[in-house]
Amino acid sequence: MDIFIDQFFNIEIMRKSFPLLLSGLWMTLKLCSAVILLGLIGGLFVALGNMSERRWLRWISIAYTDLFRALPPLVLLIFIYAGLPFAGINISPFAAVVIAFLLNNSSYYAEVYRAGLISVAKGQWEAAQSTGLTPAQTLIHVVLPQAVRNVLPDLLSNTVEVVKLTSLASVISLSELLYNAGMARSVTYNASPLVLAALFYLVLLWPLVRLVSHFQRRLAA
Amino acid sequence: MDRFLETFFNPVVMAQYTPDILAGVWVTLQIAAAIIVAGIAAGLALACLRSYGIRVLNVFIICYADIFRALPPLVVILILYFGFPSIGIQLSGPMVLFIVLAATLAAFAEEIFWAGFSSVEKGQWEAGIATGLGFTRTLTYIALPQAFRLAIPPIVNRVLAITKMTALGSAIGVSEILSSATTAQSFSGSATPLTMSVIAYLAIFLPMVAAARWLESRTAWKKR
Amino acid sequence: MANRPMLEVVALEKRFGPNTILKKIDLKVAESELVFVIGPSGSGKSTMLRCCNRLEEPTSGDILVNGRNIMAGTRRDLDRMRLQIGMVFQGFHLYPHMSVLKNVTLAQRKALKRSKAEADARAMNMLEQVGMAHKADAYPGELSGGQQQRVAIARSLALDPKVMLFDEPTSALDPELVGSVLKVMKDLKSKGMTMVVVSHEMAFARETADRVVFMDGGVVVEEGTPDEIFGAPKAERTRAFLSRVSG
Ligand SMILES: Nc1ncnc2c1ncn2[C@@H]1O[C@H](COP(=O)(O)OP(=O)(O)OP(=O)(O)O)[C@@H](O)[C@H]1O
Ligand SMILES: [Mg+2]
Repeated sequence: MDIFIDQFFNIEIMRKSFPLLLSGLWMTLKLCSAVILLGLIGGLFVALGNMSERRWLRWISIAYTDLFRALPPLVLLIFIYAGLPFAGINISPFAAVVIAFLLNNSSYYAEVYRAGLISVAKGQWEAAQSTGLTPAQTLIHVVLPQAVRNVLPDLLSNTVEVVKLTSLASVISLSELLYNAGMARSVTYNASPLVLAALFYLVLLWPLVRLVSHFQRRLAA
Repeated sequence: MDRFLETFFNPVVMAQYTPDILAGVWVTLQIAAAIIVAGIAAGLALACLRSYGIRVLNVFIICYADIFRALPPLVVILILYFGFPSIGIQLSGPMVLFIVLAATLAAFAEEIFWAGFSSVEKGQWEAGIATGLGFTRTLTYIALPQAFRLAIPPIVNRVLAITKMTALGSAIGVSEILSSATTAQSFSGSATPLTMSVIAYLAIFLPMVAAARWLESRTAWKKR
Repeated sequence: MANRPMLEVVALEKRFGPNTILKKIDLKVAESELVFVIGPSGSGKSTMLRCCNRLEEPTSGDILVNGRNIMAGTRRDLDRMRLQIGMVFQGFHLYPHMSVLKNVTLAQRKALKRSKAEADARAMNMLEQVGMAHKADAYPGELSGGQQQRVAIARSLALDPKVMLFDEPTSALDPELVGSVLKVMKDLKSKGMTMVVVSHEMAFARETADRVVFMDGGVVVEEGTPDEIFGAPKAERTRAFLSRVSG
C-alpha cells in the first residue's frame, strides 16, 4: 500500500511538478479556446451546407463530416504534423493541433447543429420570413437560439470531448498539460505527476460531465 | 503534382510496406473487437446493477462513469503503462490499451443504457411486476428490450469514437495501424505510409460512419 | 380610391410535382375589403394564401400588392414586400424563446430598422389593441392559444401591413377562446384593414365578410356576397359543401 501511495500519490513530487503542470494547463486552455471557438463556428457553416437547397453543397458537407468523423484525430494530427513537411509545408505544432482538431470537431459540431436545426419547427422559419426578416436574420434571431437550446447537452458533451482531445497534442511534443506531466514523470521515475494531471482534468471536466447528465435528464423528463 | 504523388502515393513504398500496414490493421481490428464486446457488456451490466437502486453501489457506479467520461483516455493509458510496473504489475501495451478503452466505453455505455432504462415508462415496470414477473425478469424481458432500441444510435456513435482511439496505442508501442505507419515512414523517409494509414482507417471506419448516419436517419424518421 | 385592388392574384398556378394544386386562380381584393375563403380540405386554400407572400413559390402567375408585382425583383425586394403582407397562421408560430414584447418588436427592429423606443411604443400600442398589453413580459408558453394568436396578430400589425392574410386562425383553439380572436379581427375590419381570411367560422363570415369565395379542386368555383353564397349558392359543388358543413 505504501509503495502504491509513493508511486501514484507522492505529495512531495506532486508539489514539485505543480508549476510545470500549471504552465501545461495554460497551454491546454489556449488550445481549447482556439479549437472550441473555431469548431463552433466552422461546424455551423458545415451544418448549413448540409441543409442547403444546393445539391453539390450538401454533398460536399456530408463528405466532409463523414471523412473527418471516420479518421482518428491522432492520425489526422500525425498526418498534418509529420506528413505535410514532405510537401514542403512546415507548420508549428500548435497550428498542426488546431487544424487537425478543428477538422475533426467541426464535423462533430456540425452533426449536433444539424439535429438542432431540424428540431426547430418549419413554422418558425415561415413566421419570421412572413414578417420580412431576411433568411440570415431569421437564422440568427429566431431559429439558431432555439436550435442551440434543444441540443445544448450534445454541444456541451462534444466540448468535453474537445478538451480531452487536446491531450493528444502531447504526442507531437506540444507542451500542454499531459506532455509536461509526462516530462515530470520521466525525470522523477514516478507516476504521481500523471495522476496530478488526471486530477487537473477531473477538476476541469467533472462539473461539465455532471452538467451534461443533468441536462439530459431534464430534456428527457 | 508529380512531386506530390511521389511524396504521398509512391507505389514502390506502398508495395514494400503494405504487409506491415495490413498487420497493423489486423491488430487494430482484434483490439477494437475486444473493446467493443467487453465495454458494452460491462456498461450494460453496470446499468442493470444501477436499476436495483442500491444506494452505495449506485454512488460507486455514478462516480466511475463520471470519472471515465471526464478523463482523457491517453492520461489513463500512460498511468497504467508507466506507473503500474513500479508497483509490480506488468501490463503489455495492447493489454493497457484494451483495459483503458474498454473501461471508457463501459462508462459511456452505462450512461446511455441507464438513460434508456429511465425512459421506459413506470407503468411498464408496474405491469411486469404486477403480472408476477418479479424485478429481474421485468428488467430482462420488458425494460431491456425497450431501452436497447433507444440506446442503439448513441451506442453506435460512441463505439465508433472509442474504437478510433486504438490509434493511441502508437504512444505506447502497440503495433497497430498508426504506429506501423509512423515506423514505416521513418524507415522509408517518405510520407506514403502515412497516406496508407489514412486509407486503412477510412476503409474500416467510413462504412461504419455511413451506417451510423443511416441508422440515425431511420430512427429519427420513425419518431415522427 | 375605394375600389382600387390592394391585392391582386393573376392566373396563379401551383404544381407540386405532377399535381396541379392551383389552376389559374384570379382574385382581386379591394382596399378595406374582407374576402372570406371557404372550401373542402385539400382544395388549395392554404396554398393560395401562402403563394401571396411567396412562402410557397408559385409555378406561374403574378401577385400584385398595392399595384406592385411581388413576383418581380430580387430577394431583398421580396423581404421588403413581405413587410406589407401580414400573415397569421393556424399554429400561431410565436417565437418561444422571446417575450411577447420581443416577439412583436423583432421584425420592427431588424427589418424596418425602427429604434428600440419606437418599436416598443408601437408594440405596446398593438398589444393594447388586441387586449394583450398586460402580458407584454410573459413568454408564449405561458399563454393560452387564444392569447398567443392575438399576440401573433399584433406581431404582424406592428409592421403596418397593407394586407392581412389569415389561414384558419381559430382552428387550433378551444371553442371558448375563438371569440376573443374573432373580435380582434372584427375590430381590424372596422378600422379599414384589407383582409383575406380562410376559415370555417361561417357566422363570422355572414356578419363581417364583404365577399365569400368558394374554392374546390384548385379553382374558384363561385364568389359573391355572404347572402348570395350562403343563401342561394348557384353551383352544385358549393351547395354540397355548405350542406355538409352546416349539417
Ligand atoms: N409541400 C407540398 N408538397 C406536396 N403537396 C402539397 C404540399 N403542400 C400542399 N400540398 C397538397 O396541395 C393540396 C392543397 O393543400 P392546401 O393545404 O392548400 O389545402 P387546404 O385547402 O388549405 O386544406 P385544409 O382545409 O385541409 O387546410 C393538398 O392536396 C396537399 O396534399
Ligand atoms: Mg389549409
